[in-house]
Amino acid sequence: MEETKKIAEIESEIVDEFSLFDNWDEKYEYIIDLGKKPAPLEEQYKKDENKVKGCQSTVWLVADYRNGRVYFKAESNSVIVQGLISLLIRVLSGQKPDDIVEAKLEFLNEIGMMTHLAQTRSNGLLAMVKQMKNYALAYKLKHEGV
Amino acid sequence: MPSAAIQNEFDVYSVRKHFPILDREVKNKPLVYFDNAATTQKPKVVIDALVEYYSRFNANIHRGIHSLAEEATAAFEATRDTAKQFINASAREEIIFTGGTTEGINLVAQTWGRQNINKGDEIIISTMEHHSNIVPWHVLCQEKGAVLKVIPVTQDGEIIFEEFEKMLGGKTKIVAIAYASNSLGTINPVRKIIEKAHAAGAVVLLDGAQSTVHLDIDVQQLDCDFYAFSSHKLYGPTGVGVLYGKKQLLESMPVYQGGGEMIKEVSFTDISYNDLPYKFEAGTPNIADTVAFKAAMDFVNHIGKEKIRKHESELLAYATNQLQQVPGLKIIGRAKEKVSVVSFVIEKVHPQDLGILLDNRGVAVRTGHHCTQPLMDFFCIPGTTRASFAMYNTIEEIDVLTEGLHRAIKMLA
Repeated sequence: MEETKKIAEIESEIVDEFSLFDNWDEKYEYIIDLGKKPAPLEEQYKKDENKVKGCQSTVWLVADYRNGRVYFKAESNSVIVQGLISLLIRVLSGQKPDDIVEAKLEFLNEIGMMTHLAQTRSNGLLAMVKQMKNYALAYKLKHEGV
Repeated sequence: MPSAAIQNEFDVYSVRKHFPILDREVKNKPLVYFDNAATTQKPKVVIDALVEYYSRFNANIHRGIHSLAEEATAAFEATRDTAKQFINASAREEIIFTGGTTEGINLVAQTWGRQNINKGDEIIISTMEHHSNIVPWHVLCQEKGAVLKVIPVTQDGEIIFEEFEKMLGGKTKIVAIAYASNSLGTINPVRKIIEKAHAAGAVVLLDGAQSTVHLDIDVQQLDCDFYAFSSHKLYGPTGVGVLYGKKQLLESMPVYQGGGEMIKEVSFTDISYNDLPYKFEAGTPNIADTVAFKAAMDFVNHIGKEKIRKHESELLAYATNQLQQVPGLKIIGRAKEKVSVVSFVIEKVHPQDLGILLDNRGVAVRTGHHCTQPLMDFFCIPGTTRASFAMYNTIEEIDVLTEGLHRAIKMLA
């Protein structure tokens, strides 16, 4: 079985990719491209209980637990948010609950997304991170005990 | 040309020089500030007035007998006189200082409302109200068992007057309506509304948050019973507003908040309240911002509301025309009478994405529901992108916006 890359490893890959961009237009173009890829979320999941609060746009997030790892799928009606989500999923999906809970996600700062996006919007992103961590914690308690 | 004539000419580039913030850059681009309906930028005279207040005569007002207290009191009360003239109230006692429009409306709901609204009574608002002119009445209705009635609007964003007339009746106690809509720009026919409401025996509160900066306000001519507005949407500091009320109404109303300043004599068993306007101004007010608010009104008067309005109408007409040519763009709010606000949606583009990409080009617009969720529900949209213009905006800036939109659509489509 292929070994899943560690969170830190994926984060540094993303930071490297973003370092290639000269300006914000290019960064946004890249994020928008990511956001335009077919979203993986089936219609049945787009219900209120899966909505992440704190976002100006709507985000639906679902999680699944298989073989000791947590998998995420999410979709937003904002292309840019969808792009940012796909980065978060790339980093956190398929990781062990403990690692997800403890992830610092410094890459969001390093690629400039925390400072460049207005506070209200990054709050939406933070709400999404918080929700992902909550899922990880819940699965950990359910399947692995305290 | 004689110099007086030059002074009388409206020159937007000279006007811009009064606003220090317009020199700054955002994302390495010159700031284009189109979020004026949320709050306007401040001219240097207002900023200077704040600095001067704290540098020269900061003191608590109305109490001390020392020189600073007297000077501070005089400056504070001078703002009341200017505000009285600004909306042509008949007496200075009719000008109550508040924290802003929202507080003004809440004050009326909690004092006049609690005293006069009973079970089964009706309160009329419109579909296009800001949450600040919905929630206080909703709370009051819940408390009193009263009924909130809502005037419907057309697809163009104008109230349906006949429906309003049908709603009016013996049970109507108050009509609370925006003079101008914050999300659509619609100017409501308030003169007619007030006339009809008064004929039915109801009082009228106007939410003047958006209208005061653009229109000539004459509360006596309008004959409205209450008029609430904010300083910060009028080139003044945040945290100050005015509630105008007809004197006899204000006198009959119970007090709002209790504390210092609003009393005459206090014992533990008996309290007599101060006269108007102090009866409604408990505690130490926002002195510095109130003092500087005068500088904002003086500044607007100096530039001239009529000239500002003419300039803003030109901006609105130009923006409306340019935006209509953007593919997939639909303007929300096409009333015949509008203040300089243009709200729009673009097919397959989320307003938030548009806001982010425009910000990346230095353009500040507002995206979202603009605190008018019921109105957005009526148009079946989650929100709009809104550009709202002030005296210092230019045609060139509108070109930056439209270019930015074309670019954003290309990126997002």
